[in-house]
Parts: sequence; structure tokens; C-alpha cells
Amino acid sequence: MRPSDLPLISDVEASLLATHFGRRALLGAGAVAAGVLAMPLSALAQAAPGAPGDAEITVDQARTAPIPIVIPVLGGDAGQLVSSVISGDLGNCGLFAPINGALPVGVPDFGTYKSLGARALVSGTATTGAGGLRVEFRLWDVLTGQQIQGTAYTAGAGDARKIAHIIADVIYERLLGEKGYFNSRIAYIARSGPRAHQTTRLAIMDQDGANSHYLSGGQWLTLTPRFSPVSDQLAFMSYANNRPRVYVLNLATGRQQLLGDFDGISFAPRFAPDGHTVIMSVTRGGGSDIYSVDLASRGKRQLTSSGAIDTSPCYSPDGSQIVFNSDRGGTPQLYIMSAGGGGAKRISYGNGIYGSPVWSPRGDLIAFTRIANGSFSLGVMAPDGTGERILTQGFTVDTATFCPNGRVLAFCRQTAAGAGGAGFSSSIGTIDITGFHERSIPAAGMASDPAWSPLNG
Amino acid sequence: MRLKLLGALGMAVFLAACSDDTNKGATTGTGAAAQSTGVTPGSEADLVANVGDRVFFELNKNNLSSEAQATLDRQAAWLAKYPQVTVQLAGNCDDRGTEEYNIALGERRANAARDYLVAKGVAASRITTISYGKDRPTATGDNEEAWAQNRNSITSVR
Repeated sequence: MRPSDLPLISDVEASLLATHFGRRALLGAGAVAAGVLAMPLSALAQAAPGAPGDAEITVDQARTAPIPIVIPVLGGDAGQLVSSVISGDLGNCGLFAPINGALPVGVPDFGTYKSLGARALVSGTATTGAGGLRVEFRLWDVLTGQQIQGTAYTAGAGDARKIAHIIADVIYERLLGEKGYFNSRIAYIARSGPRAHQTTRLAIMDQDGANSHYLSGGQWLTLTPRFSPVSDQLAFMSYANNRPRVYVLNLATGRQQLLGDFDGISFAPRFAPDGHTVIMSVTRGGGSDIYSVDLASRGKRQLTSSGAIDTSPCYSPDGSQIVFNSDRGGTPQLYIMSAGGGGAKRISYGNGIYGSPVWSPRGDLIAFTRIANGSFSLGVMAPDGTGERILTQGFTVDTATFCPNGRVLAFCRQTAAGAGGAGFSSSIGTIDITGFHERSIPAAGMASDPAWSPLNG
Repeated sequence: MRLKLLGALGMAVFLAACSDDTNKGATTGTGAAAQSTGVTPGSEADLVANVGDRVFFELNKNNLSSEAQATLDRQAAWLAKYPQVTVQLAGNCDDRGTEEYNIALGERRANAARDYLVAKGVAASRITTISYGKDRPTATGDNEEAWAQNRNSITSVR
């Protein structure tokens, strides 16, 4: 394809746009995220989407043999930062093996990189000027010497990390054929103070742990933030005024609203895939019922009334079913019912008790917490309950949340406390859905209750 | 046993000094009645010292043991004696369950204690319930003894 034939917006950017459209106002042609513009760069060499090396490696193959990719320090004053963020994203996901190389100028010397074993190469510049930040990025197939992608991003001077995450997502998608998840955030609960009475604050950070900051002051116990899949909103539980209830926080405006008017404790919120409703549990007598609440009309609908504890509801990605936790059979187990509330069917039958189910955005897996013999496990199973696999274990592992492409889970890991609470720790870990590549996200202080945002959210 | 109770009471007094209104009652008191003087009749301190402010539960259960019923019987009598007093029952769990299930389980425990008090003649309007799930452990170690302490419903004066 000749440079003049390149579309104004590449396929990748168009899909990023499609993902984003409807969430924020489109600022202009080529916008990929709030305040970020992307325009194609003319190719320095023959460029062709679908060229050899473009997405011919699968995620399964990359797990076994991470893709060697040269990520040199890009030119320009912001080059060091952008390169390090791209390299961190790709290296930390476990599917790439970043190689630090010299900065190539113009068409790279592919022979040298081939001899290093590299499959792909990143080149470009990141420069801050009066108009903000401009990042020129090219992705090369080292084996063929062809340019796979060339894009110029412009954004605010403070958006270097965001653009680097967007570039890492482009690299992931072009080389693996699936959307990435690096330009995303994780809401969580920041914890501090003595074990018996921890201060909890609603907090948010980039998925790599950067840009962490508090969203609430810590006066009241606050738990279980959950991202809207389509807008800048969090649902969470707060004990404000000693009345534990579910609230919705608009991240753009800072406006916080009580959601639903219930006599009991409302908790365990989760947005529907379309973002229009939130399902949650509400205590009644010795049990709890599942309700849906419409965000626009505030109308509520009761979905269960078993008299037992029905909690931790989570929609399937198509919105047709709900997986939830219930002790209606005597012990806490996982059940699936229709989104309207009928036809509950138990799906968990392994050793121990189950809880905290969450449906993968890919639809094919349900992640859960299992407790047996005094130990917690994090696992996945198919929605019909078959194929249960334990991914990791520990004193406490709970509150799993899927990354936007469903390939990775974040979760809370807590260690046992000794006398006086010494030894207790609470941190956020991540693990591939195959149980491969477990890591800890560096967060300041103790953290729990991770909730992964949608892509570009 | 006597020494152990006194030790627990000492700890309770220490913890009470650390507590605040966001979690009133969740870190105070003992499960047993010990004679104490110098406290205001009908007060939180009176409840903790002379009645017993909390009852304990088995793992994943909300059944009231005979010991728990005896404590609640004393609470009912004490509430009959001080009819102006209103109370909050706060249910708590050990950390051997999931965060969300334990919020409901704690409420189930507080509700069991509430129902018992109501059956013993305490007006339902004098009682509120709340659950802190696994987030306000009284005993901060992670062993069977601490977990047994943390599976409770704690009554506090509002």
C-alpha cells in the first residue's frame, strides 16, 4: 500500500475510536482517547497491514515464547519516559521480551536486530513543545523489514504515560491479533492504620500502578468499587453516616449519589454491560436479596427472594444471565440465573465453599474464590461449571476482576496477621487466566478490592 | 478463667479508648459479665462491665449457643431496666470468608441477636443492626482463638 492510500484513520485507530465513541465527546478526526489525537505517519518503507509478521503469533504461543521486541529509548525530551512505559507494559504482561537497543534513525538496520533474535522493533520520537506532546511511533517487523504501523499522536504535555499505554496496546493488537488492556485503570481501596480499625479510601491508579490517588477521604469504611463498562462512573459501598449503602461516583464531575432506597444494607454492586443498571444485594432478615436499579429512573427490581444470602451478582457480558453467590443450599456456592431473576442453577461442585464470582468479558470463563481446608484459592470455570482450574492460592485471595480483554485477572492478596496484627498485608496481584505469570502491582501502602476499568477508561 | 477475663477487660478498656463513632461498640467489651463498680447505670460502660456486650458464633453459623442466649437474656433484662436506652447490634465475621458474603453473614448474626431480644420483650424500635463483615476484627491475630472472638454480634448503646 502506498502512503497516499493509507486511510485517514487506520483500522486499529478506528477500532479504538469505536471502543471509545459514546463514552466521551469526539474531539476531532483521529481522537483515540480524551484529548489524544492520532494520525497515520507515512511509511518510510513498504507498509502493508496484514504483512508477514502482523498478528501471526497467538497469545498461547507468546506465553511459551515471549515475543522479543526491541524498544529503544525514543528520541525527544519525553522519549525516555514513553519508552520505559511501553517496555514495562509489554514486559509485565509476560507475552513480550523487551530488548533495549540503540535508537534507530530512519529505516532501521534490521540485520542487527535479527541477529539479536528480535521479531519486532519500535522507533520514534516523543517531544514536548508549545502545542503539547507529539509522539511519532513506528512498529517494524524485523524479519521482513516492513513497517507494521506508523502513527503520530498529539496530546497534552502531561499525557506521555497515557500515549505510551495506547502505543503498547497498538503493539499488542498488531502482533497478537487481540485488543490490549494497557490504557486502563484500576480502582481500589487504599488501606492504612491498625488491623482492627483500618482507614479505607477509595483510590484509583493506572493499571501499572502509576498515577495513584485517593477519591475519598477515609472517614467512613468504604469497600468494593466497581467500574461502569461504558462511562466514567464507579459504584461502591460506603458506611457514610453509619448507613452502609451503595453509591455511584461520577469520576468526571466528582458527583456522588446514593443508589437505591432500601431499608437494609445495600452492597456488592456491579454494573450491567450496557451501563444503564446496577445490580446489588440488599439485606433482609437473615439473608440478602439481589436487586437491579435503573440509573436513569432509579426504579428498582427484585431478582431473588430465597430468604438465604444471595450476593456478589455479576452479569454475563451479553447481559442475559447473572452469576451470583448463595447459601440457599446450605453452604455458599455459585449459581447462574437469567437476568430477569428466574431459573437459578448451581454450577460449583468442588471441595469447599465458593464466592466472589465474576464473569469474563470474553464470556467463556467465570473467576471465583474458593475456600477449602482453611486456605483461599482463586480459580476459573466455564459458565456451566465444568473445567474448574485453580490459578493461585494463599491465606486470602479474593475480589478478582478481569482486565478489559479478559486475559488477566487482578485480585486482592492478604497475609495472615500475628499478635497485634503484625504481619498482615494487603496487596493487589495480577495473574494470567492460565495461572501463568503472577505479579504484584506496586501500589503505595496496603490495597484491596481492585476493579479494572474498560479499555481507554 | 478469672484472670483471663480481667485481662480481656483491660484490653477492652484500652481498645475503647481508640474507638470512635464510625464503629461504636465494635472494639469494646467482653462476652462475659463481671461485677464492676464506678460506672454509670444504663451506660455503655455498664453494659460492657456488668451485662456482657457481645455474643459469639461458630464458623459460618448464626445459631445462638446457650451461653449466647444467657448473655442476651441479661441484655434484655438490662434494657427493660433502662427503657430510654436504644442499642445497635453490630455483626462481625472472621476473615475466613469472602468480603461480600461476610457483610451479609455479619448482618445475619446481628439479626439473630436482634430477633432473640425482641422475643424477650425488647421493642424492635429500640434496636438497629449493622454489619462490618470481616473489616472490623476485635482480635487482630489470625488463629482459631482470634477468629472465634471475631465471629460476634456486639451490642452498643446509641
